[in-house]
Amino acid sequence: MSYYQAEIERASYETMRELQGERLVKTVKHAYDNIAYYREKMKEKGVEPGDIRSVDDLRKLPLLSKEYLRDAYPYGFLARPLSECVRIQSTSGTTGKRVVAFYTQHDIDLWDECCARAIVAAGGTNEDVVHVSYGYGLFTGGPGLNGGSHKVGSLTLPMSSGNTERQIQFMVDLESTILCCTPSYAAFLAESIQSMGVRDQIKLKAGIFGAEAWSEEMRRDIEKNLGIRAYDIYGLTEISGPGVSFECAEQTGMHVNEDHFIPEIIDPDTGEVLPLGEKGELVFSCITKEAFPLLRYRTRDICVLTREKCSCGRTLVKMFKPMGRSDDMLIIRGVNVFPSQIETVLMNAGYPANYQIIVDRVNYTDTFEVQVEMTPEMFSDEVKELSERENELLTSMRAMLGISPKVTLVNPRSIARSEGKAVRVIDKRKI
Amino acid sequence: MTITMTIDQISVFVENKPGRLAEITEILGAADIDLRAMSIADTADFGILRIIVSEPDRALEALKSANCVVSVTQVLAVAIEDAPGSLAKILRILADADVSVEYLYAFITHTEGHAYVILRVEDTGRATEVFAEHGVKTADSHEIYDL
Repeated sequence: MSYYQAEIERASYETMRELQGERLVKTVKHAYDNIAYYREKMKEKGVEPGDIRSVDDLRKLPLLSKEYLRDAYPYGFLARPLSECVRIQSTSGTTGKRVVAFYTQHDIDLWDECCARAIVAAGGTNEDVVHVSYGYGLFTGGPGLNGGSHKVGSLTLPMSSGNTERQIQFMVDLESTILCCTPSYAAFLAESIQSMGVRDQIKLKAGIFGAEAWSEEMRRDIEKNLGIRAYDIYGLTEISGPGVSFECAEQTGMHVNEDHFIPEIIDPDTGEVLPLGEKGELVFSCITKEAFPLLRYRTRDICVLTREKCSCGRTLVKMFKPMGRSDDMLIIRGVNVFPSQIETVLMNAGYPANYQIIVDRVNYTDTFEVQVEMTPEMFSDEVKELSERENELLTSMRAMLGISPKVTLVNPRSIARSEGKAVRVIDKRKI
Repeated sequence: MTITMTIDQISVFVENKPGRLAEITEILGAADIDLRAMSIADTADFGILRIIVSEPDRALEALKSANCVVSVTQVLAVAIEDAPGSLAKILRILADADVSVEYLYAFITHTEGHAYVILRVEDTGRATEVFAEHGVKTADSHEIYDL
């Protein structure tokens, strides 16, 4: 069994608590001094940085929701001068609703280390060829695993997403051994490898797949079709990116890098902290970050934590696969989509905010349809004009969401309503 | 009813769903509306049903109350001889006058030797003028609705 940082990954509970406490105390002071939100909210609650002495005091701190981050765009939560920052990453979303995360070199290093732990847990060494097919750019997937792979010393293939034939060509020619991408892209690659007839030339042994929900059944399929072990990885831009938690050989949940990110489970309605093992909303506090040290950030992921002994030898607390959301965010093909974004596009384009989002999964790939009700105002006798309007709508949806839905114009009042309230999202995916 | 030189054509949004067209024609049937002429324009995603009916106002009302999206467009109806070259002749008149045709469709009537062409042109006024200059008679609304 190998570890990237064994002393941390196998630390005793007491050692970890102590380390977390020290780091938390420091970060709370840092956040209080540099971020108006924490200063104001802590004053409101009558809490001072000095009141936070250990992890037990964490619950005294205010929770942070994504709305505040959006409102503070872009610099509201920046805790270090820009001259010390070296990178930004950003969540998908509208211009107004984007969240921009800042990183100092120290922050990038710790993020890369988290990803390195994930790669080593998946069996990676400096002998490996790590094939990164996550998107590179503002999305954290590509840069995160890329950095992790560098730390491990593996040969890194910064493939980014798309161009499947070239992906497979490189996979064959450079003998990629570890694949990093979304699970749906892994399934698609497996299919393409099959149809190109090069399955016997593929040297993959493991895959690290995240950024979207996937089922156990899908895991087994990918493992069988690619001849690999498939590992889950979890993360979010606000906290750093992929590598907030990662799966080990046991494949029964993801170890949280809790020396950097303290997880809590709260009741999404009351904000109250729930005991270990109970289901609730996952909340993270960053305790080592410099530029963007979010404390008690609500992920909206519904999840369970466990400290049951893991056969891999790691003592890091484990989180199970998130089993839902406490808000209406959808993750479609790895991209975060809020129904409100679609509403905004429709209203800007002159359509009524009467729509329905239909998400399904066909052959492990998400399908995404937006049904829009036609109105007398938007109707025209000319096909050309209607098609133009439809195209404009598609263009603005793509610009807003980062992915393209299929837009279907439907009859007025044909969208199902339950008790007068329209059902906005139909998610048929069985995950 | 006032008689006009242009015809009210009703356009109906047709969602791309099996049975939708049947539903629309059923609405008209139930309201006792006679269809005089029709055409369908379609794309991969939706269609536009264009109809000329016996009583446009009542048809509109019936369709609207059944939650159909409708609009009214002024079109011209021209009676032409049911013989080779007659359509070409009127299209030439429009072309020479630089009036572009958005779309057209034709139908044959019970009256022998006679066909009607429904024309949607860019400039209806100008088209009516040049037709008059060339002695082409456009049918008035009464003539078409009461066919």
